[in-house]
Amino acid sequence: MKSYVEKRVICIICPRGCEIRVRLVDGKIISVEGYSCPMGKKYAEQEVCSPKRVLMTIVRCENGDLPVVSVKTSGPVPKDKLLEISRYLAGIKVKPPIRIGDVIIRNVLDLGVDIVATRPCMPVENKYSDQK
Amino acid sequence: MRVGIIGAGIVGLSIARWLSRYENIEVHVIDKNPDVGWGVTKANTSIIHPCHEEDPDKHPLRMRLCLEGHDLWYEWVRELDIPSRWPGEIIVAFNDEEIHVLKHYLSLAVRNKVPGVKLLDKEELLSIEPKINPSAIMGLYAPSAGSIDPIQAAIAIAENCADNNVYFHLGEKVIDVIIRDRRVVGVVTSEKVYDFDIVINAAGLYADEISRMAGINDYYIFPRRGQYILYDSTAEPKPEKIIHTTPTPKTKGVYVLKTTDDTLLIGPTAEDLSPDKKNELRTTREGINYLLRNAEKLLPRLPPRNLVIKTFAGLRPEPSTGSFIIRFHEDPWGFIDVAGIRSPGLTAAPAIGKYVVELIHKHIDLKPKNKWKRYRKGIVRIKDLGVEDRNKLITKNPSYGRIICQCRGVSEAEIIEAINRMKKIGVKEITLDGIKFRTHTMYGRCQGSFCRVLVSLIISRYVGIKPWEITFRGGNSFYGIGEVKSLFKEVIR
Amino acid sequence: MNKTYDVAVIGGGPAGLAAAIKTADKGLKTVVIEAMNRLGGIPIQCIHTGFGLHYFKEDLTGPEFVYRFIDKVMDRDIDLLLETYVEEIINESMMSKKIKIISPKGSWIIESKTIIYAAGARERHRYEIGIPGFNVAGVYTAGEAQAMMDLYGIMPGKKILIIGSGDVGLIMARRFVLEGAEVVGVVEILGYPSGLTRNIVQCLQDFGIPLLLRHTVTEIKANNGRVSSAIISEVDESLNPTPGTEKEVKCDTIIIAAGLRPRTKLLKKMGVLIDPRTRGPIVNDYLESISVPGVFIAGNALVINDYVDYAVEQGETAAESVHEYIENKGVLSAEWRKVIPGSNILFVVPHYVSGRKDVVLYSRVSRPLENTYFQIGGIGKKIPLIKIMPSTMLRIVLRKTELSKYIGDIVVEAVEK
Ligand SMILES: Cc1cc2nc3c(=O)[nH]c(=O)nc-3n(C[C@H](O)[C@H](O)[C@H](O)COP(=O)(O)OP(=O)(O)OC[C@H]3O[C@@H](n4cnc5c(N)ncnc54)[C@H](O)[C@@H]3O)c2cc1C
Ligand SMILES: Cc1cc2nc3c(=O)[nH]c(=O)nc-3n(C[C@H](O)[C@H](O)[C@H](O)COP(=O)(O)OP(=O)(O)OC[C@H]3O[C@@H](n4cnc5c(N)ncnc54)[C@H](O)[C@@H]3O)c2cc1C
Ligand code: SF4
Repeated sequence: MKSYVEKRVICIICPRGCEIRVRLVDGKIISVEGYSCPMGKKYAEQEVCSPKRVLMTIVRCENGDLPVVSVKTSGPVPKDKLLEISRYLAGIKVKPPIRIGDVIIRNVLDLGVDIVATRPCMPVENKYSDQK
Repeated sequence: MRVGIIGAGIVGLSIARWLSRYENIEVHVIDKNPDVGWGVTKANTSIIHPCHEEDPDKHPLRMRLCLEGHDLWYEWVRELDIPSRWPGEIIVAFNDEEIHVLKHYLSLAVRNKVPGVKLLDKEELLSIEPKINPSAIMGLYAPSAGSIDPIQAAIAIAENCADNNVYFHLGEKVIDVIIRDRRVVGVVTSEKVYDFDIVINAAGLYADEISRMAGINDYYIFPRRGQYILYDSTAEPKPEKIIHTTPTPKTKGVYVLKTTDDTLLIGPTAEDLSPDKKNELRTTREGINYLLRNAEKLLPRLPPRNLVIKTFAGLRPEPSTGSFIIRFHEDPWGFIDVAGIRSPGLTAAPAIGKYVVELIHKHIDLKPKNKWKRYRKGIVRIKDLGVEDRNKLITKNPSYGRIICQCRGVSEAEIIEAINRMKKIGVKEITLDGIKFRTHTMYGRCQGSFCRVLVSLIISRYVGIKPWEITFRGGNSFYGIGEVKSLFKEVIR
Repeated sequence: MNKTYDVAVIGGGPAGLAAAIKTADKGLKTVVIEAMNRLGGIPIQCIHTGFGLHYFKEDLTGPEFVYRFIDKVMDRDIDLLLETYVEEIINESMMSKKIKIISPKGSWIIESKTIIYAAGARERHRYEIGIPGFNVAGVYTAGEAQAMMDLYGIMPGKKILIIGSGDVGLIMARRFVLEGAEVVGVVEILGYPSGLTRNIVQCLQDFGIPLLLRHTVTEIKANNGRVSSAIISEVDESLNPTPGTEKEVKCDTIIIAAGLRPRTKLLKKMGVLIDPRTRGPIVNDYLESISVPGVFIAGNALVINDYVDYAVEQGETAAESVHEYIENKGVLSAEWRKVIPGSNILFVVPHYVSGRKDVVLYSRVSRPLENTYFQIGGIGKKIPLIKIMPSTMLRIVLRKTELSKYIGDIVVEAVEK
């Protein structure tokens, strides 16, 4: 017997938030409806097969002007890996100077994406000296 | 001779200040909280009462101490640089029955020799205080009423005491009173054992527990909760005079007043709780609504809700006997109760201190010190200075120009000064509340949502602890639970 | 220190920076005054993406977005005063404003011909939204929690309840989960979420976080000085809690994400009139205060924006206005036309238009609407809206040519088809 599934996906690509219906037979996509642009169609197809997200988090930084530097993955990663990466980063400490776009970790957990800095961090004597 | 005072509230501290004048006694003040004034003293209406609401037949001692305490505050606020204002107060009547109440208090004012008290007809009332609801028909004006910042008062007295060699043991809970041969000889705290010749019980809500430790069991204290609403300084209508509804047997009515901090305070409620509810410092929807209803009577309209900066509650230490319990025990000798100091305890405190010293003097000869430091200065607030004075300070210490709290214009230097002063009076744990009460950071419109994290960084730097290890007010009230990412490492507190 | 500026920009967030870049490019002597020791404003601590979709057509994180502006400011001849707090602005005349400041370098007065006020917003806190109970540790506004975690590395708690389902609340829910905390729920008093659907999906649904609509926290319980649980109740039509619906939710942290309010203390003090609907200043299409000439307002200090892009746009508009203002020694006289919020409209900014130039209207509807026209009376402009929530700010451009089709007040309304 064939398995027939209809999945509803809310597109998160842009703030419009289209509701897209994807029909699958035996796990294969047979139709996609409700999107308003090609990016949405692509997203919905991806979302029903293997949903992916960009991770945004922080990494601790020693002797920087701030004690943490914000980072993101250079591309989307499987949704169920988000926490695993964040947990992995708990073991990482970096040192300034760090600039936006600097690669903190290459090919994190072999997922094919890098961890890159999204905020600069400059050296300072005192760790918590927000006011110098 | 060593004297131990249990309780660093306004009462215990006032006693300590009087005792610090004598050279043959060594004064120790013990409090379970990490800082001074965190009991009843920190949450009350802050009024220095004129004493026309005290019945001299029912409570002669309380009347006497209130009257004398009121006048002592005139001096103490100046000597100790305590924020105060003295606008006078008006009890407002809205019907004939309430006019009777006003006349009753006028007669007490005459008997108690309170100066300046008089009835105001509607026209006089509204011209003296135009921000009263025009539906009022009469008022009783008592021009000597004032308001102080009670927690700053406690801090000021404590600093002055420290200058006069009073020892503080903060963050230590008294768990027993030691008695030998029907004499008190010391106390046991959660940390240490102290030898004392005299022990003064000024433990506020918990005075009954301390008395029981000394074998005294003839009264108990039950809490009567008072809730408050505090509005931002820009809130209107904000009357100049302290105004309140007519008192009932239980309370002095609901007050509306401009605080020494220029904010607008409405309260309190009066809710009797059972004696075991001494931690019920919570506000309730019903309580807040009750206050709003009463304020609506007093004011032509309510201030806008979005200008509420805080709601809070205090607990009155009500004695089962109804009166102040101040006595020097012969058995056990040397144990002094200063218990049940309910309203107007703030007003009476300096006089209570004096009275207790008189009681001691009956048993022991007290020798005055040659040099007793009468004066204490508060923390310099950069926002109150003119340009020239400011620049002098900033040139010497640039952190006076670094504004941390934008609502109240408090500088980094003031926060550091507060930390140093806390250390001076023996505060072991530098808390966020301690900084708040001393500097008024985290006290304004944003309630610290902006500056609290910056204050925690300053404390962290000056005290050498991690920001997440700082507490709001001791106990488990940590600012954070650890470093970010620590939840992944199971190093959870 | 004693020079007179053409323009003093107060606030070094996105709106202020965008304004300063533009005024400097127009050759105006510009100073940026910022209270913190770094530029960037709020986005520095917003490490999530969602910034710059309109302006850069890219999905950037807050710091990435705002550093593009910071870099440009650094490249230009703009005076920067960091750690400098503006205490008071005094309106001397149309061409002279005095700014009382204090900083670690001293306290003095800065003179400038005009002001661009871009001091951002403050957050509503627990007492303002009226949550009774114990006053204990563990209650933070979203912004404070964000600064703790993402700027200063302090983890606020581990079992979190969030109040408010706006984008800020939703984004914070995800932040907490991604740092290993448990989010027990997001409580929203209204019958619909205030945030974007995409944030409901990627911040809540992705992590199985419950969203409790028509609920509010009616009490905070405590243990040894820290939050131990919250009592949540359902609310009725008039948003009052329904007795008997109370539930206790265990948590050690409560995050208040109940919205922002323009920071207007300094403006009010100098006589700038405030719109009770936006709680920001009343302005004309130059984004100039209608009561204090030469004071221009942009960003969240003007109106709470959903997107930083709009804050930047307002900064740039203010900068252009300043340029014109200085050239003409004021905004040229005009027969101002009132912009009136009509049916189903919460507010419209600006409040007056000159008709001399294109104008961008920012507006919100007052309740969720479906199949409506957003219509602008007289001008005959009609924009169909399939679905619109109060939480979505509408941005409508009115061309000068459209404006000239009609004389009189401009009534903005949302009418159902
Ligand atoms: C709602 C309200 C409104 C009021 N309004 C006014 C007013 O307007 N005017 C006025 O004059 N009065 C007023 N009062 C009364 C006034 O606030 C009190 O009388 C006064 O603050 C009592 O001070 P205290 O020092 O006795 O108590 P507290 O300040 O409670 O001091 C007692 C101290 O003892 C400590 N302690 C307790 N147990 C132990 C222990 N086992 N070991 C160590 N330390 C211990 C506590 O930590 C506390 O710091 C009001 C009171 C309330 C509650
Ligand atoms: C949690 C959160 C999440 C957000 N997420 C997004 C998002 O995903 N996408 C998006 O587009 N937008 C987002 N926003 C909105 C965006 O951050 C704001 O729209 C933007 O920051 C507004 O910029 P601003 O310049 O008006 O104000 P701010 O960024 O607040 O800057 C104001 C500056 O003025 C300074 N200042 C204030 N008073 C004074 C004074 N008296 N003297 C000197 N300086 C002063 C302040 O220190 C501050 O640096 C988010 C906002 C928040 C709070
Ligand atoms: S489908 Fe296209 S238009 Fe619709 S939400 Fe996705 S990206 Fe936006």
